[in-house]
Amino acid sequence: MTEKSKLGLDFTQVAAAKQLAKQIADQVQEFVDGYTTVTVERTLCRLIGIDGVDENGVPMPNRVVDALLEAGVLSQGVLYFMGNAILETGATPQEIAERIASNELNVTSLPLHPLADIQKAVQPYIEQCLTRIKGNVAKRNEYLNTIGEGPKPYLYIIVATGNIYEDVVQAQAGARQGADVIAVIRTTGQSLLDYVPYGATTEGFGGTFATQENFRIMRKALDEVGEEQGRYIRLCNYCSGLCMPEIAAMGALERLDVMLNDALYGILFRDINPQRTLIDQYFSRIINGYAGVIINTGEDNYLTTADAVEAAHTVLASDLINEQLALLAGLPEEQMGLGHAFEMDPGLENGFLLELAQAQMTREIFPKATLKYMPPTKFMTGNIFRGHIQDALFNIIGIWTHQGIQLLGMPTEAIHTPFMSDRYLSIENARYIFNDMRSIGEEMEFREGGICRERAKTVLNNAIDLLQQIVQEGLFSALEKGIFGDVKRPKDGGKGLAGVVTKGENYFNPFIKMMKERW
Amino acid sequence: MSGGLYSMDQKDFDQTLDLTKVKPYGDTMNDGKTQLSFTLPVPCGDEAVEAAKQLMKKMGFDNPQVVYFKELTEGFTFVNCYGACTHTVDYTTIHVPKVESTVWSMPETDDFIREHIGRKIVVVGASTGTDAHTVGIDAIMNMKGYAGHYGIERYDMFDALNMGSQVPNEEFIAKAVELHADALLVSQTVTQKDVHIQNLTELIEMLEAEGLRDKMIVVCGGPRITHELAKELGYDAGFGANTYADDVASYIAQELDRRMNG
Repeated sequence: MTEKSKLGLDFTQVAAAKQLAKQIADQVQEFVDGYTTVTVERTLCRLIGIDGVDENGVPMPNRVVDALLEAGVLSQGVLYFMGNAILETGATPQEIAERIASNELNVTSLPLHPLADIQKAVQPYIEQCLTRIKGNVAKRNEYLNTIGEGPKPYLYIIVATGNIYEDVVQAQAGARQGADVIAVIRTTGQSLLDYVPYGATTEGFGGTFATQENFRIMRKALDEVGEEQGRYIRLCNYCSGLCMPEIAAMGALERLDVMLNDALYGILFRDINPQRTLIDQYFSRIINGYAGVIINTGEDNYLTTADAVEAAHTVLASDLINEQLALLAGLPEEQMGLGHAFEMDPGLENGFLLELAQAQMTREIFPKATLKYMPPTKFMTGNIFRGHIQDALFNIIGIWTHQGIQLLGMPTEAIHTPFMSDRYLSIENARYIFNDMRSIGEEMEFREGGICRERAKTVLNNAIDLLQQIVQEGLFSALEKGIFGDVKRPKDGGKGLAGVVTKGENYFNPFIKMMKERW
Repeated sequence: MSGGLYSMDQKDFDQTLDLTKVKPYGDTMNDGKTQLSFTLPVPCGDEAVEAAKQLMKKMGFDNPQVVYFKELTEGFTFVNCYGACTHTVDYTTIHVPKVESTVWSMPETDDFIREHIGRKIVVVGASTGTDAHTVGIDAIMNMKGYAGHYGIERYDMFDALNMGSQVPNEEFIAKAVELHADALLVSQTVTQKDVHIQNLTELIEMLEAEGLRDKMIVVCGGPRITHELAKELGYDAGFGANTYADDVASYIAQELDRRMNG
């Protein structure tokens, strides 16, 4: 569909923009390759089958990684010591973890085997894990081939009761009303925990803890309602914050379908250390890519702090960088839910046209991506009646410009987490408009020299200027200067830097290659 | 369900406004007409409609009407209702505590500070505790402000630091001491299970324990904050929905002037 741009975009310019973004991503990757982090190592623990908590509720992966960190040897990587311990003890990774947790075993003081033998010792556990994840991908494809899915844009709704069992009721109700994607919002503050809580949970603030058991409970509920409705229902969670790759691993193991997965978001809006989270993001995106998970990026959030008209090009520039970072992690374009949003002041004259131009522009620049389009939030006031109309305008653009995932706006945005009835009203709103205007994008053209074409051109030009600037000084320096979202984040500031470790000479992580090559 | 286009209701009630007995207004004084919508956890059907009507009566509505109902999911019915409210309130005796200051424009506030304070006012703001939302504190503090109201950072006569979200109360206080803050701004957006109350209370207790409470103007804000609640929790002022940087900045300038210059 981008053979010829409806907006008259110059695709040689788009290609130039992508080339600039690639240079930026390559610079980041050069840095990332030299490091691992505590959560990357805990992810490896989880992938080779280490789960559960100790008597104080501390997750086993944390006990193992903390033991190596305290011994000052984490740079060699958890797989190195696990493989060696398997050779020495003949025990499974889980048994070894339990012995570490009960202080019966010090894996750093065992005699060391040759690296090749160690690698061989962990290989069966790695293959077992990949087999399970492949099974999940096959299961999803089987559902898509049998019961099918809803048309795009997928209707995306959130549940946020804090209680996973209550979330199930809300989620199933939403699916019955037409939702295609159910996101279980995480409890406030989980992104800043340097561990993943364990088990089914019923207490959270503004959301529900992301735990593997909660994933499992919701997956089962959505499969049930999907079969009943004859439509595969996707499950979304939040693969961001200090446990980014661990959540990706848990999601891969429990067949989640969509993950918020954006280091830039964590840096800017959760004050997570830039180095830490970019390293974490790389491995998490490799896992998400392998598991067939659609990632969502959080550029829409820039417009909650910066002005949606003035800062539109920062959203595009960030989408372009995120695309290149994802490609480096082997994530297919179809799995890229690059984010953008409908956030202009409703008082702005012709604001709808500017929003329409930007959404169409984003569609044309990322033709294969499952774009994630975010609803108005900043100018939702508590006037639920006007809010419902704002959401309707947003829905018109969603269907017009063929967005991939339509995160449904709620009339009660800014008042409370959605009631069951709010979700009903929002889904009804979207379905009405999507049906009533299904083919409008094919019918309408953008006038040459008109507002929409000019807007798209301006935003693309500004994005290219910004990318050029970032190429010059690097992404880390750009973040320090507050280029995105008007938020300034120093390279050594924020949370989690202490968890970054240089890779040592014996460090190995076979998942990277095997997952990227689709073992 | 339909009552037709024109109201055929008898209007045999007193149609003069009496501020000691105020009730909702639909299209005729004292008609009490009110719209509600809610969901009942019962199967969709006539019984659900009847249940909604009975509930409306218990809420004090005459002539309850369920104009629309819809099953949301099995066992849950959504209703849109109208009724005539039978209750009244005495408007003449209402007293709402309000922030006592005049709201000025940015230049007016800056001029006032130049003249009466003679130096920049130092303000530290944050969304504290586990609250990850910056939308409130950003709207008040950021250069750009919100809905055409410039934030405090843009004022010539304020030195403003926005610490962002999820700032622990300890760090917040430490920063305030370091910068010799004249005023603290706390934003709370998440209010589920009253987590904001705990957090706001904790800050005041910590300030008191360190003997700092009287040395600063302490202000809180957020969509569910009222001035009354703020006062109750030990704050100098509270700013709720539909208040902007101008409200907060002019209050701080005037309050500091009161404290410094009597």
